[in-house]
Amino acid sequence: MVHMVHMKNTEVTIAGVTLKNPVMTASGTFGSGMEYGDFVDLNRLGAVVTKGVANVPWPGNPTPRVAEVYGGMLNAIGLQNPGIDVFLKRDLPFLQQFDTKIIVNVCGKTTEDYIEVVERLGDSCADMLEINVSCPNVKEGAIAFGQKADCLYDITSQIKKHAKQPVIMKLSPNVTDIGEMARAAEAGGADAISLINTLTAMKIDIYSRKFCLANKTGGLSGPAIKPVAVRMVYQAACAVKIPIIGMGGIANGEDALEFMMAGATAVSVGAMNFANPYATIETIEGIERFMEEQGIASLTELIGCMHETASRAF
Amino acid sequence: MTDFGRTPKKQTAVVLSQQELSPGIFDMWIGTDLVSDAAAGRFIGIYPADRSRLLPRPVSICEIDREKQRLRVVYRVAGGGTEEFSTYSSGQAIEILGILGNGFPIEAGNGKTSLLIGGGIGIPPMLQLAKELKGNVLITAGYRDHNLFLAKELELLGRFYPATEDGSAGTGGTVLDAIAAHRLKADVIYACGPLPMLRAVKQFAATQQIPAYLSMEERMACGVGACLGCVCRTTKKDPHSHVYNARICTDGPVFLAEDVEI
Repeated sequence: MVHMVHMKNTEVTIAGVTLKNPVMTASGTFGSGMEYGDFVDLNRLGAVVTKGVANVPWPGNPTPRVAEVYGGMLNAIGLQNPGIDVFLKRDLPFLQQFDTKIIVNVCGKTTEDYIEVVERLGDSCADMLEINVSCPNVKEGAIAFGQKADCLYDITSQIKKHAKQPVIMKLSPNVTDIGEMARAAEAGGADAISLINTLTAMKIDIYSRKFCLANKTGGLSGPAIKPVAVRMVYQAACAVKIPIIGMGGIANGEDALEFMMAGATAVSVGAMNFANPYATIETIEGIERFMEEQGIASLTELIGCMHETASRAF
Repeated sequence: MTDFGRTPKKQTAVVLSQQELSPGIFDMWIGTDLVSDAAAGRFIGIYPADRSRLLPRPVSICEIDREKQRLRVVYRVAGGGTEEFSTYSSGQAIEILGILGNGFPIEAGNGKTSLLIGGGIGIPPMLQLAKELKGNVLITAGYRDHNLFLAKELELLGRFYPATEDGSAGTGGTVLDAIAAHRLKADVIYACGPLPMLRAVKQFAATQQIPAYLSMEERMACGVGACLGCVCRTTKKDPHSHVYNARICTDGPVFLAEDVEI
């Protein structure tokens, strides 16, 4: 029999939600899609992950909030956001027009803050929720939840009690043992985990003897962190069975595939949107080209292929 | 504020010419069809070719030549990215993002006396603005020293009053000293320059009870309003987050002085 030309299957499924391809946007780098909608056909994305939204508007940090470093950037935005009311009225209806999955990133200072937002989103068109317990730039709450395994377990299980959509816990890389954190999220009932958030970092202007960020410290992102992120995704994949969304400096299809082979079911493009507003689309096209060249029918063949054991369910 | 309502693009442009106007100040003409969206006070992002430098550098538009489809930018070498730009010569392909920002409201000055205030690398956008304004144009520009870049061209576009920090040309001191020395009066102010200058201009405009349009500057990442990196404190709720922190890249860079807390 002649084998007919088969379609490449770029679909991946996370917690019962099927994405047309594994490429999504990293929270905070893509607004709510509106700004980059000028550059990118949002219908082509696997999912749009929104900027973090809290129960009330947050003003964010003083400026300067961003600084460039070799192969990356620092940010200390401080999760400026309009709050859930405006988000539900303005941002979600905008995203709903597109044939893409919507993942809403949720931030908070207390467990109650998170739960309030999660409940408000319960009847919305959000397909999944990503819980930001790993922002290094907000002093209260947030990061504390993401750096201690027992706290992460607690908040995950609390949120799971109130969430109608699948819950993705976004993990901080600023921990000693990422596997332990991944296991805590999984034990708390997380449907998936995403990693890595930014690495806490600092830049000093030696001429003015000032910190380059008003917040002194900020989160490092971009290609500079990619090898760290790939390693952490691999270690997390060793530790848990729930799906992983990998991110950290992804600029193209090759980068995305590296994360997927390490164990990520899907990937996010973050800081590289700033370097190239078309980075998400080019990543999708790069993955498709690789599949074509390598004769790969379905991406599921590649996910976690660097893990020797066949026991892990992807 | 003027809403141009046009969507930005990233595209390849070509350097047509480049010269050093004064030490560290470069004058580059770029060929691009984005010129049709250009306006005084708007800006472009220029991406360094060195990919270890991720972010586009925001550079204001100094002059627009629609006929020849070219834009002029005048910038100061302030780091590795702009140092790279300064090595470009005619024929160099560059990646640019644009056109960005809102621009100066020309209509506010037409038929009136406008005072254009530029400080340092905030002087270049005043050139296109002076070209477009229909009315009485006064220009004051603050320089570090006797290297009065763009002065010859600005002199042709309005009455020109330079100030120098070292007193080597024009009024010694700041643009505010030049304004006081010449007792300049205007109906409207347009300003671009360092924050201390903008603060002083805001105060001056308030005492004169005239509107002032200030072009703000901040460290920028995306340039398109997504990252919320380049905000400034505002007296009105900002359109994005409603938290009195407006995005300079998209809600600005030009703000009415009374709308910003500086």
